[in-house]
Amino acid sequence: MSAGVLFDSPGPATIARHRTYSIVAGVAMLAAVAFVLWRLYATGQFEYDKWEPFITPRYIEAILVDGLLVTLQMAFSAVIGAVVFGVVFGIGKLSDHAWLRWPCWLVVEFFRAVPVIMLMIFCFYAIFSGMDPLSRRTYWSVVLALTLYNGAVLAEVFRAGINAVPKGQAEAAYAIGMRKTQVMTVVLLPQAVKIMIPAIISQMVVALKDTSLGYAVAGLGLTRIAKPIYQQFGNHVPTIIVITAMYVVVNLLLTALAMWLQRKFVGEKDVLEVGMVGDVKTGASAPFHKGDTGGGGGGGI
Amino acid sequence: MNAVLDNFDLVLKAFGYTVFLFLVSAVISLLLGTVLAAMRVGPVSVLRMFGTGYVTLVRNTPLVMIFLFFQLGAGKIFDWLRFSWVDIQIGPFDFTSFFSAAVAALSLYTAAFICEAIRAGVNAVPLGQAEAARAIGLPFSGVMSQVVLPQAVRASVPPLASTLIALLKNTSIAGVFGVIEAVGRMKGFTNDYADQRWGIFICFALGYIILVELISAVALLLERRWKVA
Repeated sequence: MSAGVLFDSPGPATIARHRTYSIVAGVAMLAAVAFVLWRLYATGQFEYDKWEPFITPRYIEAILVDGLLVTLQMAFSAVIGAVVFGVVFGIGKLSDHAWLRWPCWLVVEFFRAVPVIMLMIFCFYAIFSGMDPLSRRTYWSVVLALTLYNGAVLAEVFRAGINAVPKGQAEAAYAIGMRKTQVMTVVLLPQAVKIMIPAIISQMVVALKDTSLGYAVAGLGLTRIAKPIYQQFGNHVPTIIVITAMYVVVNLLLTALAMWLQRKFVGEKDVLEVGMVGDVKTGASAPFHKGDTGGGGGGGI
Repeated sequence: MNAVLDNFDLVLKAFGYTVFLFLVSAVISLLLGTVLAAMRVGPVSVLRMFGTGYVTLVRNTPLVMIFLFFQLGAGKIFDWLRFSWVDIQIGPFDFTSFFSAAVAALSLYTAAFICEAIRAGVNAVPLGQAEAARAIGLPFSGVMSQVVLPQAVRASVPPLASTLIALLKNTSIAGVFGVIEAVGRMKGFTNDYADQRWGIFICFALGYIILVELISAVALLLERRWKVA
């Protein structure tokens, strides 16, 4: 390990000491893993019966079609809606007119502060209460709630993205006589979109994880498909492991896509990050989605 | 609106559970997250790999699945993870196995994000600061306590606050898993008073907004107080 903020470059004695620590920690960890595996074995979690549904074509098809596909559909619809919502309110927040800026600010702050699950329950019981069948009602409740929440987050991302375009660009555009709308659509937005695309994909990871909150309102997608399986086979642990693994794999693929787009469009900079408090940062202190950290990638909270 | 005002004690109690869930999980996840962050920035490669693996896995897992695991799966592997041994009563609040399972899920999930927030703070300290501290002859403990950590703590306040706000909102999932906190109570009200759904929603939303604003106010205060010139 080279010299960092915390340590000087280690000398030979320190390297030897660290090797000892590594071995001790490794042994302790292996022991812990072995203990958990032994408990899993002792409680019969590895029995063939409990894993059978996951190698039976009928169940695999159900998991992939009614589970994964529906989850992806919900996440994708929500992100499309959120992008539209985000563009409208993000630009609204940048408006020169106070009567437009303040309502947009209020709406964005409201949906950022309210739990998604609460929005879902409200959509399910109040907005789509008359909708049939149940699966369609759940679908649209989940999509609308995620659209509102992720849209509010993306509105901040868009605002930050437009603010991240160098000031000289807008000034030059005004200097050659462009109007406000032209400056936005011809100069600022095309440049901002490039910065924002990876952030949008990262937000999709968040949306995908949050589709599981549909569990609160009858449920749909991967989280829903788990229930009949563990109820029929009594294999709670294997089902949870398999379904979680599917979420993780899809999210890792999305993260990899975001990082690839990041390199292609933005270069070395970090993914645009918007916190709940304080100023928006685009620099080194971005807490999540850091691309240069060697693993650990993933969605926001 | 009347539904909320007439049962205001129930609403307060529900938000009490939300606050308790938040506080207990915040303390545990801050501790776990600090340990994880120490592993990830430390010199021992095995621990570094473990920290990275944990954070990657947990950040890509939906919280609902972790809740499901503690509700249905964990007790089948380890008997003590049924949390049937937890039965504490403080005033009108009952802390049962449901509450403990929720705390376990929330803490393990949030710890990964706390770890990243703290690590971001450490990474934000410029390398020259530590080098200068070593150059003037400070020992390791001095470099840490006088130069690196004070700056790292300051830099991690905003991301930590974002994480804690997310934790507060995530406590709402416990409402679906057997704890009658704010969202659980709201769901009950929406069923009982079908004609007042909008009013109920707005009242509970206001409760959350007040709590979120409290956290960000504290964060802004700390940030301003600790600001370096």
